[in-house]
Amino acid sequence: MAYINVEDLVLEFSKYDENGKPLEPKRALDGVSLSIEKGSFTAIVGMNGSGKSTLAKCLNGLLLPTAGTVTVNGMDTKDGGHIWDIRSNIGMVFQNPDNQLVSSIVEDDVAFGPENLGVEPPEIRKRVDEALKKVDMYDHKDKAAHMLSGGQKQRIAIAGAVAMKPSCIVFDEPTAMLDPAGRSKVMDIIEELNKEGITVVLITHFMEEAAEADRILVMQDGRIIGDKTPRELFADEKYIHEAGLELPPVIELRDMLGMDKKILSAEELAANI
Amino acid sequence: MIRDITLGQYYPGGSAVHRLDARTKIIATLVYIAALFVVNNFWGFLIAAASLFTVIAISRVPLKFIFRGLTAVFLIIAFTFIINLFMVDGRVLWEWKFLSITYEGLQRACFMAVRLVLLIIGSSMMTLTTKPIELTDGLEKLLNPLSKIGVPSHEIALMMTIALRFIPTLMEETDKIIKAQQARGADFESGNLLSRAKALIPILIPLFISSFRIAQDLALAMEARCYHGGEGRTRMNQIRFHRGDAAAAVLLIAFLGVIIASRWI
Repeated sequence: MAYINVEDLVLEFSKYDENGKPLEPKRALDGVSLSIEKGSFTAIVGMNGSGKSTLAKCLNGLLLPTAGTVTVNGMDTKDGGHIWDIRSNIGMVFQNPDNQLVSSIVEDDVAFGPENLGVEPPEIRKRVDEALKKVDMYDHKDKAAHMLSGGQKQRIAIAGAVAMKPSCIVFDEPTAMLDPAGRSKVMDIIEELNKEGITVVLITHFMEEAAEADRILVMQDGRIIGDKTPRELFADEKYIHEAGLELPPVIELRDMLGMDKKILSAEELAANI
Repeated sequence: MIRDITLGQYYPGGSAVHRLDARTKIIATLVYIAALFVVNNFWGFLIAAASLFTVIAISRVPLKFIFRGLTAVFLIIAFTFIINLFMVDGRVLWEWKFLSITYEGLQRACFMAVRLVLLIIGSSMMTLTTKPIELTDGLEKLLNPLSKIGVPSHEIALMMTIALRFIPTLMEETDKIIKAQQARGADFESGNLLSRAKALIPILIPLFISSFRIAQDLALAMEARCYHGGEGRTRMNQIRFHRGDAAAAVLLIAFLGVIIASRWI
C-alpha cells in the first residue's frame, strides 16, 4: 500500500448568512483520490481556489474529510488516537514565513515540534542542530526570528518540520512570498530533503518548481484533472492553458524555437540547440 | 517611532547578568519594583539608581538600547510629573492664577518621575538580558506550583511567548497599513487630538482583522507541529539555578535591606 492514500475525499465548508442561517456548504474538494509513494516528489498545481491547500491540510488531519478517507502509513486521519502520530510523520511548511514561527529565537522555534512530541532534551538539542545545519541556518541559531529575511524565515520553518523527523513534508506554496534568491535556496533544500528520502508534496504556482517533481497533479474546482510526469504535462500546451496554468519560461522558449517537446530544463535545451 | 519600544527585545550577550536564571531575574525585577515604592527620599533613589546602573554596566548592554525604551513612555512620565507638580498642597513656591507649584509637589513629581524611569529601565533590563523564551519558561516554572489550584501556568507562558514573538510582526503590519493609508491621502499628523485619534480608526480596524488572520495561520502551524497543550511536553533548555543565582540572591537581599534602611536616613 502506498504511504499516503486518499480515497474519494470530499470536503465541504459550512457557510452561514449574516443571520447565522446555514447556506449551501461550499465544496472545496469533490471526490479526490490519489496515492503517494514513500520517497516520491509530488507537485500539486492549479488555479487559486482549486482546492490545493485544502487537500494539503487533509493529508495531516488539519482538516477532516466530510466523506471519503485519508490514510497515512495505514492510519486513518479520522481516527483521533493516531492524529499526533500522523502529524509527526507529515511535517508541513506554510506560505507565510512570518505567521508560522512560534518563538522569537531561531533555535527555540525549531525545538517547538520535538518539544511537543516529548523528545528528551539532549536529543532535541541534537535534532535542532542537525535541522539547522541542513537548511544552512546554523550560524543564525541565536538570532531573533524577526530580524531575518523572508527566505531565511522560511528555511527556519523547514528546519522546524525537519526536526520532528517526519517521513513526509507537505509544502504549501513555500516560495510564494519570497524573492528569487530566497526561492531558489528553498527549492534547493526541498530537493535535497527529497534526495535524503523524505517524501515531498509541493503545492506551487511556479511551474518551473513543479517541473522538479517526479509527478505533477493538476487540480481544478476541487478535483484532480491531471496526473502526469512533468515531461508529459509540459508537452501538452493546450492542456496547460485549459487548466489555467502557464508554461515555465524554458518550455515557452522551447516551443517558440520549435524544439523537441520532451525537453524540460534549460540544460537540456542548451544541449539541443 | 513604532520600533522604539525595547520591551521584549533581547540584546544577545554572554555577561553574568545574561547567564542568570530567568527566575532569578523575574524575582529580582519584582523586588526592585517593590523597592522603588518603598523608597521615600533622595538617598534611597541614589542607591536604587546606582545599583541599577551597576547591573547595566555588568550586562554590557549599550545605554542606547536602554534609553530607547524610555522615549516611548516619555509622555506618560511627563504627564505624571505635571499632575504631581500641580496637584499637591503645601508650601507654595510659585503661583499663577489657579496654578501653583508647591515644594512638596515638586518633590513628589521628581520622585515619581525618577521612580517611573527606574522602573522602566529596571524591567527592560530583564527583557534585554533574557531571551523571551527563557523568560516565559521561568515564569512557567515560577507559576507551576499554582497550577495545582487551577492556574493555567503553561498556557499563560505560551501566550506570553507568542505575544512577544508577534510584537514585531504586528508593528510591521501597522507600519504597512499606515503607509497604505497615507499613500491614499490619509492624514495622521495634523489636526487636534480628537481628529488624530479618529484618524487612527482606519488603522486599527485592518490591524484587528489581520491579527485574527495571523492568529489563525499560527494556530494551524502549531497544530501541524503537534502542539497539544502542556501535557507530555519536554523542553530543550533545562533551566537550573547556578552559583551566580545564589550570589544574585544574596546581593538582592542586601539591596532590599539597604533600601528599607534608607527610609530612616
